[in-house]
Amino acid sequence: MKLIIAIIQPAKLEAVKEALNGVEVIRLTVSDVQGFGRQKGHTEVYRGHEYTVNLLRKVKLEIAVNETFVEPTVQAILGAARSADGGKVGDGKIFIMPLDDCVRIRTGERGSDAI
Amino acid sequence: MRFLISLLGVLALAGTGVSGYAEEPAVLAASETPIAAEPLAIAVEESAPAEAEPAEDTSFAGSLSGLSIELTPEEAAAVNAYDASPESFTWDKNVAKEIIGKIKESANKDSFFTASNIWMMLATALVLIMHLGFSTLETGLCQSKNTVNILFKNVMIVCIGLLTYAICGFMTMYPGSNWIIPGWLAFGTGVGFDLGNPVDYLANMTSAYGYPYTVFTDFLFQGMFAATAATIISGAVAERIKLGPFLIFVTLYVGILYPIVGSWKWGGGWLADANFTDFAGSTLVHSVGGWGALVAILVLGPRNGKYGKDGQVRPVLPSNLPLATIGVFLLWLGWFGFNGGSVLSAQGGDVSYVLVTTSLAAAMGGFAAAMTSWVVTKKPDLSMALNGILAGLVGITASPDISSIMMSMFIGLSSGIIVYFAVLMFDKLKIDDPVGALSVHLVCGIWGTLAVAFTNGEWVVQITGIVAYGIACSAFALVTALIIKVICGGLRVSAEEEHEGLDIGEHGTPAYHFPEAAGH
Repeated sequence: MKLIIAIIQPAKLEAVKEALNGVEVIRLTVSDVQGFGRQKGHTEVYRGHEYTVNLLRKVKLEIAVNETFVEPTVQAILGAARSADGGKVGDGKIFIMPLDDCVRIRTGERGSDAI
Repeated sequence: MRFLISLLGVLALAGTGVSGYAEEPAVLAASETPIAAEPLAIAVEESAPAEAEPAEDTSFAGSLSGLSIELTPEEAAAVNAYDASPESFTWDKNVAKEIIGKIKESANKDSFFTASNIWMMLATALVLIMHLGFSTLETGLCQSKNTVNILFKNVMIVCIGLLTYAICGFMTMYPGSNWIIPGWLAFGTGVGFDLGNPVDYLANMTSAYGYPYTVFTDFLFQGMFAATAATIISGAVAERIKLGPFLIFVTLYVGILYPIVGSWKWGGGWLADANFTDFAGSTLVHSVGGWGALVAILVLGPRNGKYGKDGQVRPVLPSNLPLATIGVFLLWLGWFGFNGGSVLSAQGGDVSYVLVTTSLAAAMGGFAAAMTSWVVTKKPDLSMALNGILAGLVGITASPDISSIMMSMFIGLSSGIIVYFAVLMFDKLKIDDPVGALSVHLVCGIWGTLAVAFTNGEWVVQITGIVAYGIACSAFALVTALIIKVICGGLRVSAEEEHEGLDIGEHGTPAYHFPEAAGH
């Protein structure tokens, strides 16, 4: 079992969801997050003065999967979250982590069955 | 007595074409046709044989006959008895009621009076809507953590402004002949009159008032204006002023200063005598508010973090530009009442012309400010376009009735450009004005008042007025602000409260609740 955490551009969320559906990954948690990386931020203008926005809005996906689904999930996200023309700075990252256990609250099932 | 005579004199003048309103044919017909008032005319001769021409008759009986009001013998006797000794006379309630009923009927037939009174009441309502506009504009341009505080101030200002205007503002601003220092200082209290007295009724509730609306329409329209001046201050000092000291400051400003300096021009004071021109208050309302705002900002200081140590400006970002946009459209709508109502009648040509010049200046102001921001920062700035519309409106307010169409567009254009650079200038001077109130109301108020001279050539008088208002308003504001600062132990909220927001600090509640977080 793995926990896949992906930080992506908010505008790519719909495309990623569709792609994940395509590889039968149908359970995910989405949250609004802010952060910065190599993209650093951008400049905005208000009332004649420029200012830099460091923290950019991103979307974080959390997906728990069994081993066989890891690669399809990663490929689906890669394909849908990467910007056109070979991608650009700010498209995001995917983290893959081992998952010790998983419990379904409704039934009390554990492990792979609960995912 | 003398006061009554002068009041009734106004009625006599109304029939001879002095008030301008007398061009209405119905009024002329009434004063030229004494036939209907025959029984009364005889009675008048009996009681006052020395008086000759009915046209010059300033007695109450004469006024009634001038309006073609027919009285029963009993009523005529009462009227004549009143005229014989007005001071000692007491009206019989039923007779008074009957006569007032006939005065009402007569006023109902006066179509210009009726139309004008309706327009003025509608204009009053439109000026009230401006307060909603100010509220949403200020809310939108400030941070969400100060929303309740901003709205609270705007709500209280309307309440306080109207109440102080009823207590002393109206009679101080329009003293008639009751000056303390003629042309400069007056003080009067109250509004209204004894509704059961036919003489007072005629003088206040018909065209005998001197204008084609009632004293109550007059009061409410002017009262809404007063509150507007105070609201201008509220936006400028937003996000850092303590609530209590602010409310004391605006109460004194709108309750005492506004009507006193207003009387200089609109109350028939020294600037009216000097032919100073300010149609609907570029100076009297907007600059007056602007001067108070400037002084308050200087005493208060900028918001924490707005200006960096090496002079750079860190914009404090707006919470809701859609709300700000709604506010500006509401203000534009309200300005139809502000300027259109300041025609002080429903004269079709005058009102429609004023609405056109007002709107063209607004349109030009918004366009000019937007284009200026586009050229200067390469990005068209919505908040500047909004300020530009208001700048055009404030600029044209001094002369929407006499400016040519081209001139109204020029005033809008220049105001729109001026407001953009004024915003930058105030930031350079570290005068922190969250909503651009100084740039809009003070700077463009001055500019609009000055620009009147392009039309009428009266440069010296216009500048005299601008300077006089500048000195009086800033002196009053400075003294009151400093006294309040000492008494209340400071005008500013603490740095921690400013950081956390005045909604929690001053009011104990945020504007926006998130039910899940509160456990509901």
